[in-house]
Amino acid sequence: MTGKKQENLNRREFIARSAKAGASIAAAAGLAYWLYQDNVIPRQEGDSAVFPDFSVAPQPGKSLSIVQGTERKSTVIKAIDMLGGIEHFVKPGDVVLIKPNIAFASSAALGATTNPDLLATVVRLCYDRGGAKKVIVTDNPINDPDSCFALTGIGKAASAAGAQIMLPKDSYFSPMTIKNAQLIKSWPVLYEPLKNVNKVIGIAPLKDHHRSGASMMMKNWYGLLGGRRNIFHQKIHTIITELAMMIRPTLVILDAFSVMKANGPTGGSMSDIYSANTIIAGTDQVAVDSFGAGFLNLKPADLPYLTQAQQMGLGTTDYQSLKPLKVQL
Amino acid sequence: MKIVTTRRISQAFFLLMFLFFCGITTFGTEWYQIRNWPVNLFLWLDPLVAISTMLATHTLYAPLLLSLITVVLTIIFGRFFCGWVCPFGTMHQFTGYMTHRKARMAEKIELNKYRKWQKIKYYILILFLVAAALPAFGSLLTGLLDPIPLVYRSVNIVLLPAVDNHTNIIFSQNRWTTTAWAIGIIFLAAILANLWIPRFYCRFICPLGALMGILGRFAIWRIGKNSTDTINCKLCEKNCEGGCDPSGNIKISECVLCFNCRSDCVHGLISYQTSKSFEGEVTSPDVSRRGFMLSLASGVLAIPAVRLSGKLASNWDNGLIRPPGSLPEAQFLERCLKCGQCMRICPTNVLQPAGIASGFEALWTPTLNNRIGSSGCQLNCVACGYVCPTAAIRPISIDEKHGTGDFADSGPVKLGTAFFDRNRCLPWAMDKPCLVCQENCPVSPKAIFTKETFSIVRNGDKVVEKFASDTIHIADDDMQTGSYATGDYFITKNNEPDRLYQIIDNSKNSLTIKNDEKMIFKNGDKILLKVRLQRPYVDIEKCIGCGICEHECPVSGQRAIRVSAEGETRNKKHGLLI
Repeated sequence: MTGKKQENLNRREFIARSAKAGASIAAAAGLAYWLYQDNVIPRQEGDSAVFPDFSVAPQPGKSLSIVQGTERKSTVIKAIDMLGGIEHFVKPGDVVLIKPNIAFASSAALGATTNPDLLATVVRLCYDRGGAKKVIVTDNPINDPDSCFALTGIGKAASAAGAQIMLPKDSYFSPMTIKNAQLIKSWPVLYEPLKNVNKVIGIAPLKDHHRSGASMMMKNWYGLLGGRRNIFHQKIHTIITELAMMIRPTLVILDAFSVMKANGPTGGSMSDIYSANTIIAGTDQVAVDSFGAGFLNLKPADLPYLTQAQQMGLGTTDYQSLKPLKVQL
Repeated sequence: MKIVTTRRISQAFFLLMFLFFCGITTFGTEWYQIRNWPVNLFLWLDPLVAISTMLATHTLYAPLLLSLITVVLTIIFGRFFCGWVCPFGTMHQFTGYMTHRKARMAEKIELNKYRKWQKIKYYILILFLVAAALPAFGSLLTGLLDPIPLVYRSVNIVLLPAVDNHTNIIFSQNRWTTTAWAIGIIFLAAILANLWIPRFYCRFICPLGALMGILGRFAIWRIGKNSTDTINCKLCEKNCEGGCDPSGNIKISECVLCFNCRSDCVHGLISYQTSKSFEGEVTSPDVSRRGFMLSLASGVLAIPAVRLSGKLASNWDNGLIRPPGSLPEAQFLERCLKCGQCMRICPTNVLQPAGIASGFEALWTPTLNNRIGSSGCQLNCVACGYVCPTAAIRPISIDEKHGTGDFADSGPVKLGTAFFDRNRCLPWAMDKPCLVCQENCPVSPKAIFTKETFSIVRNGDKVVEKFASDTIHIADDDMQTGSYATGDYFITKNNEPDRLYQIIDNSKNSLTIKNDEKMIFKNGDKILLKVRLQRPYVDIEKCIGCGICEHECPVSGQRAIRVSAEGETRNKKHGLLI
């Protein structure tokens, strides 16, 4: 040690140090005051998501078409043309969301998922004749999303047709509450892809479903739910009805080319499928499903969700009243 | 170009290549996805992987032949792999350099001196190799400390997902890793040890470095002094990566060929040369006879001691659900490196590193955790077997997995069997309809089937008070409005138990039933409220143990249907069917 004497603080240094100490104390106290909470309640996420009504009024007498053909492409074009063409539903500049059923990571040939050619045809119609600005394809599958988009062929077909694929990232889900619903209350919904969309088209295969009876257009919207959505299978008919309340689509296209008659909704064998070579298109998803039930030898009354949806004013189970336009190619 | 610059370029190149491989080990067909990239390259080049599996299995799995390149080059040149290729070594060297770069020269010389404890790595190696080679008890433990599996495991299933869960660039959905904390802490400790002594892991622990130290014994070229001139400046020791004492009696087995000594020597006294160092050299590791015997004995006893747990006998762990194509457990343990490649490629993230609870030997080996990931073991996926570097999981075809085509006679590969927990299952325990498991069962025909029952609900015996226009009014008013309107509830009359009337709506004291022309209810009729249940059963002949049912079961805690390894194809002794 050099033996230097300690120096006392001078006045200036003392004042500066006191000021800093005072500011620190004030900051600590201020923070405590600012964040003070005398009653702790768990944080709730607010519902931010709302879906608008995507529906478009059908041309008079053209709300349901049933076309039998030899292959999906010409058949679906005919089915949409009979409803006034895609131009009636998709206007230039529209952003269209197509919701296929890509629930399972299995080959398209097994009929458990939306046919990729069918999807691509509708995507191209939206662009070429509807003048859509953008077409988005999304789903929240049951199996691994990447695998589902890859193995079903939907990913490739949709991209090739120019659609944007949106895989269900965790951040895409927002809690939503449907008015008058008992199940979809503050429930995470695949919201992000639908945020800036003004038209929504559903495309799904017609499948046997042991719990609910049949998986068609209304059930297809299950793929927009997130969270542990399986809990709703306790009230399967209620949830399917609420899905129809959640989404009022522009157009729905039910693919009854290869109908899964048994072992649904996964299938897995060609013997689970029979050919009916039919496409049903319509603006009333309840009516489309009511007609579709026939392919599984069911009456609309056999599917309680159809009756419930009709009671809620979401459509009619009496599809004959819509005077369906039928044609065989 | 200076040789150390070349060496740095080489290190950077291989580190980036390794990280690139980690990034692209993802299912898909884009160039930045797996395709045919040799993502296992470093594992295949690793001679410790080849030698230890060879000792355990008495065979050499085809791609491991690549390690012969490393072996040959090491025999000729010494431990070039450590200093020029090893991605883990590069991480250590970089961390050590960043930490100590401003240290004074005397401190650096002290940091990089030879320490006698560097021989520990040879004892670790001996123990591991003996454990692998032990007849009837062979078990591959090298992967726990072999730097290549260790760095693959740490980066691929801990670091990468920890970063990507913020960004969701590589995976669209968050990834999970059980025991990530343990893998992460070991990785972190290995890296942080460089703050104390540079290349701590390489010098003291690395069994691969030890193996290469032995292989490099007869190296034709070695680092050493090219003259008897003695300056004693110790500049060569300042940045010595191996801690091999280049100014003195150089320890050839410790030298990682970093060439820092040659580059730092301003007197030109250090060369990479064929002649012996003029200051003398030690070619063999400093392993004492007693130490050797001790690690040998430890190796001989370690696995038999570990196996006293009975995990390979009657106390086998039915919670270890191995991925499709896995070898029988004893053979599996002879090969599994715990490198985590299968878990990394698994598109559903269901493959997870097993914890210590499954037994010491099973630590970090792959097991299905059906509560994690996007959906059990996907029916049309065999990715894990194709990425496994040692065929602990055999690469099998989709046909073999499904038991179709050429494999029609052998039937599908079963991972285990699903069991219902009837105390937790909604239709079994709580009279609630559910059936999610049956819906998701991917085999055709489904392995989960149902038996329909109509179960009387609680307080479900009622007396008709009035019947008018499809609606039955009852005396009680204890019902919750709408609760029986889900389509799953029915009424039967006491005197007509087989005739079911579906309820379509209800209030507190009335039940509306689906219009049926012949229905007549009289005042005073006793009725029963019933719920239609499809109670699920597992068809043990059809179940493949894929776990999708368990994944999807809405009982989100302990699932009401769970896969257990009984019935797995790979171990006939665990079969259920006779």
